[in-house]
Amino acid sequence: MSASNLPDAEAGPGPVDVVLTINGRTHVVRIEPRVSLLDCLRDVVDLTGTKKGCNQGACGACTVWIDKRRVLACLTLAIACEGREITTIEGLAENGHLHPMQKAFLSHDAFQCGYCTPGQIMSAVALLAEGHTGDDAEIGEWMSGNLCRCAAYPNIRAAIREVRDGVPHATR
Amino acid sequence: MMDFLTPVTWADALAVKADRPEAVPVAGGTDVMVELNFHRRRPAALLDLTRVPELAAWGRDGDVLRVGAGVSYTRLIEELGGLLPGLAAASRTVGSPQIRNRGTLGGNLGSASPAGDGHPPLLAAGAVVELASVRGTREVPVADFFTGPKRSVLAPDELIAAVLVAPADGPEQFAKIGTRNAMVIAVSSFALALHPGRRSVGTGIGSAAPTPRRAPEAEEFAAAHLPWDGPGPLDPDLARRFGELVSAAAAPIDDVRGTAAYRRHSLSVLARRTLTWAWEELCE
Repeated sequence: MSASNLPDAEAGPGPVDVVLTINGRTHVVRIEPRVSLLDCLRDVVDLTGTKKGCNQGACGACTVWIDKRRVLACLTLAIACEGREITTIEGLAENGHLHPMQKAFLSHDAFQCGYCTPGQIMSAVALLAEGHTGDDAEIGEWMSGNLCRCAAYPNIRAAIREVRDGVPHATR
Repeated sequence: MMDFLTPVTWADALAVKADRPEAVPVAGGTDVMVELNFHRRRPAALLDLTRVPELAAWGRDGDVLRVGAGVSYTRLIEELGGLLPGLAAASRTVGSPQIRNRGTLGGNLGSASPAGDGHPPLLAAGAVVELASVRGTREVPVADFFTGPKRSVLAPDELIAAVLVAPADGPEQFAKIGTRNAMVIAVSSFALALHPGRRSVGTGIGSAAPTPRRAPEAEEFAAAHLPWDGPGPLDPDLARRFGELVSAAAAPIDDVRGTAAYRRHSLSVLARRTLTWAWEELCE
């Protein structure tokens, strides 16, 4: 994202083995302790559904769940997730069937370029569980951590409303 | 030598910090990780505090609440919104739901940003920060905790244990200026606490001085002139004067988020509005 302004001599500790549970599977990864969960998922575990937008917690494209709560993978250390349950967009579908929120995003055209979509969907499913989907204003407020440069917001809200109304317990 | 330090008890955390004072404490990670991701900082050691259960607890301690440094903004809103409404209101303006699930009260203090959203309501409520090390524990009023931009009295071997704060005994308000409602670092912010029982007023200014700070003259003015005896409509001139005094207490700079002049102006408006809201709440 940006060039380092520190000399190489200040490189930190070397790689260590870390055991992560991602989408119900156990992964043993060898990473430096300061690697973010986002870089670990994309570059080490090869789960590239989680996107890197800003890498500083502003865009929401890297939203995943840790122990069922939505968080930003770019602001989370991978090594700090040992013993936690990590869920990414790749873990939403079950037995080849898309999650209702994934289907709703498709049917409502809730994206254009699609780059923010995995984060939007992970946030949207968590939002239903949190119970802040009363009206469009509330949905907007509680989806405010997920930016969409294509401005598909009306369709994203429509997708969330559909799942809210059609599948009351849609949180898996 | 360990480089990622993961104590699971508070005693161990303090021992580790004493042994490795250069280790950077990480709670929610919402500040530290940005520095790591952009290579602004390469600490030799990170001290993970997320597995220390003592830090995640809050409870009553006599007349005050003791809120563990590891309590997240989401929990401040959900669990402490009734007891600490000013802090909860400020917490609702922090980042996004994802950030609020991770960011903590102690992390906010540790970063000591002049713009930290949690600081003004803690100042207004007269909160005290509990610092601990293997040498012992000390209590520092929030007003004395900050020493400069991103600097505090925290010693290299110390960790922030908790915040001690009395439950609200009157209306509390918080207001913040930014370019949108979410994901915004304050251009300026202001917190107010009314204590009708003892007829006093607390204030906290954010993002408009080298540190978060109180506005003592505004507090004294409001305490002396608010119509405590027969609560009724607030004199607009009183609210305006209060705003001027709050604005005069700030020492803002021009930066990427706004100019010093705008910060002074917006603070006077925030102070006037929050006093008006709080007074209306008191009169209800």
